[in-house]
Amino acid sequence: MMEQPVGRIRFMDQQRVNLDGFAREDPALGLVALHSPADPAPSLRVVDGVVVELDRKARDDFDTIDRFIAAHGLDLAVAEEAMALGDVAAARLFVDPAVPRAEVVRLVSGMTPAKLARVVAVLRPAELMMATTKLRARRTPSNQAHVTNLLDDPLLLAADAATAAAYGFRELETTVPVLADAPSNAVAVTVGAAVGAAGVLVQCAVEEAMELEMGMRGLVSYAETVSLYGTEGVFVDGDDTPWSKALLTSGYASRGIKMRVSSGAGAEVLMAGAEGCSMLYLESRCVSLARAIGAQGVQNGGIDGASVAAAVPRGVRELMAENVMVMARNLESCSGNDALMSESHVRRTSRTLPILLAGSDYICSGFGSIQRYDNMFGPSNWNAEDIDDWLAMQRDWGVDGGLRTAPPSSLGELRTRAVEAVRDVYRALGLGDFTDEQLARAVDAAGSKDLAPTDPLAVLDAAQTIRGAGLTALDIARALHDTGHDEAASRVLAMVVARVHGDHLQTAAIFDEDMRVLSLVTDPNEYAGPGTGYEPTPARQAEIDGIRQERGVEDLRVSQASFAGDWLRPSGAAGFGADPREVVIGVSPGVGRSVWKTLSGMLVVDVLQELLDGLEEEGCLARIVRVNSTIDVGMVGLTAARLAGSGIGIGLQGKGTALIHRRDLPPLANLELYSMAPTLTPEMYRLLGANAGRHAKGATPVPARNPYTDEAIEARYHTSVIALVALERDCADPAAGPEDLTFAGRRS
Amino acid sequence: MSRAFSGKPAEDLTVDALVRDELVPDDVRIHPSTLEYQAAVAERHGNPQLAANFRRAAELAMFSETEILAFYEALRPRRSTMDELLALAGELAARGAPRCAALVREAAAAYAPRGLLR
Repeated sequence: MMEQPVGRIRFMDQQRVNLDGFAREDPALGLVALHSPADPAPSLRVVDGVVVELDRKARDDFDTIDRFIAAHGLDLAVAEEAMALGDVAAARLFVDPAVPRAEVVRLVSGMTPAKLARVVAVLRPAELMMATTKLRARRTPSNQAHVTNLLDDPLLLAADAATAAAYGFRELETTVPVLADAPSNAVAVTVGAAVGAAGVLVQCAVEEAMELEMGMRGLVSYAETVSLYGTEGVFVDGDDTPWSKALLTSGYASRGIKMRVSSGAGAEVLMAGAEGCSMLYLESRCVSLARAIGAQGVQNGGIDGASVAAAVPRGVRELMAENVMVMARNLESCSGNDALMSESHVRRTSRTLPILLAGSDYICSGFGSIQRYDNMFGPSNWNAEDIDDWLAMQRDWGVDGGLRTAPPSSLGELRTRAVEAVRDVYRALGLGDFTDEQLARAVDAAGSKDLAPTDPLAVLDAAQTIRGAGLTALDIARALHDTGHDEAASRVLAMVVARVHGDHLQTAAIFDEDMRVLSLVTDPNEYAGPGTGYEPTPARQAEIDGIRQERGVEDLRVSQASFAGDWLRPSGAAGFGADPREVVIGVSPGVGRSVWKTLSGMLVVDVLQELLDGLEEEGCLARIVRVNSTIDVGMVGLTAARLAGSGIGIGLQGKGTALIHRRDLPPLANLELYSMAPTLTPEMYRLLGANAGRHAKGATPVPARNPYTDEAIEARYHTSVIALVALERDCADPAAGPEDLTFAGRRS
Repeated sequence: MSRAFSGKPAEDLTVDALVRDELVPDDVRIHPSTLEYQAAVAERHGNPQLAANFRRAAELAMFSETEILAFYEALRPRRSTMDELLALAGELAARGAPRCAALVREAAAAYAPRGLLR
């Protein structure tokens, strides 16, 4: 019979991290991150300007990926110099701030896939962060959001798109559970984004041909569902070849549409097509191919296979190394962090944090700005419930993760404008009609479960009409304008007018809210060590710092004042008591002046009443004294004890911390102490009062204890404590003596 | 200043023009010469492959949406015979798209030994 593990292990087994799968390395299946025995050693032989050997494979044995890379992907003028560099020497160039980015880019353009994989495999985590900081194409970091819902509800899509834009996302990616709905989703998200902010790029990820068609009509403004794979077998299973992808890439550019390709570890493993190679090597082939076909950027870092990579040793490191390869090949990095790679909040944070700190062109290639259950890509590594965490992490580290606080007070109005814009556009273009209740519910909805019932075929009808009538962005803009949504109309128009200029086709382009293009060309990353590279502007820093939960002393003063009452009145200087049954309750200087409520939420008047009741149970006399000279609870208690006829005093701070003191003890000693003010209850204060009475009578009571708690008490209350202490300090006067208070409690 | 595919200057692409029904889809479509210009920019910024893509795109800019989708389809695995690909290359070359024609010829040569022809 199997012996049950000890309680410690049973307890650990219950933790979220143990829901994750962890795979033993298995190179034969491609379950290996950085190196596999089957990975070829780097090599390159060129004869008369033709590559005759690439990574130990002779030209006659080239598959289509090798062949395309050999023909288009390598700068043969620098290849000899680049391939002769040792792996460590090359890796140092990635990290050394004295070596310009352009020099790394120049050399890497001559490196074969196997060579680049070996070089980035040398980089340790902190070095990957340095390389990311230095090598990403665009100076200003940014972020992308998923905006989808289970019902393809256009109103909710628009409200959520506007919300995501207000939170600072510069790209929104939608998709559909029902392919035929796609045009409707594209229109709804485009309209919502335009209500939220200017210059937001919008994508609808669907099958290649339909995606291109919607792009050409201006219903979306970029594309990234152009998948590349690291082995020929999987590539062909995906119904494409490097040449078909190259043509598709040029097709997008031919209409002025921004486009990036998508790859990432695990895809080949999942399709049983890894050919025994490491994830890093296969992805290096994808990245080389992306550059070779002329794509401006790559979405990688796992993507759909992120949890496959995360299941093997060094897998998360491999994911970040993928992004660095993209940057080193002078391409835009849309750095994964989309698929949920763990059930553990610790692990999923660990996976993303280095990239957030280093900054990437798009930190997430899909932050799920909506509910997990509404994310039709599957839950992201970051979801609606994490937006405040993300904002707090940006603020903690002083880094730009692309997000800002959307003021809660204006969000309802913004979402209302978004749903009204969609209603009006759908009505004007004959796409459908919505009720006021549907609008109201979409505005307030946290997710599609909160929506009013909808006609399941309405979206399909709208989508068919959009497609059938050949509606374009011009029709959308016109309808917006005709129904009074002038600002959104001009924003939708601006996104298609930008195509005429084509500046956003350059590497790593985003628009800022003034429709200026920020790209490798206009906003190049020139990091060269401390004091260089991206630094948020003062205005941007203020956005990062100013989260909605920030509180100051004045906020607390106002909040405390709302609980003010007339239940403590000074009645003259406090003298020494003579009755041996007398216990003095000393309160801190702010009590009854500016401090009225303790951290547990109990009012000070109620705490005092409990203490008095406890003393009364023991037949003691109680006197309340305000100690004006100190805010220290020990000194408050000791002062009270010295005034008490029994020599026993209770010290009570306005925040709720309380102790029992005796007149012959040193100030920092005490008989009993409640240090965890936020967790205290009326019963506990009553017990403390009773115990003080027992001490006064010379007994040895069972000490009152702090309750069990595993909450982050300090994190939750320290800001309040600091503000409360400041209020108390304002009331303290070192020269003032203690004063008697008469108590008009609630029960007296 | 950029000109749209239609020839209209970019500064004329305003909401006012939209409301006066003066804008058509070709007014918000990129002009091949703009793609040539962007190719030169990409070349100056260390990415000759992106430049080559923009130059192929400049050629494709003259083709319809349906035609571009058909070219893409023809290049997918096992969609075309060698003769069909060579005929497509010939057509592209004849219609002012020599770079795309070269891409298709190259594909034909690459597909044959890998069993990717129809």
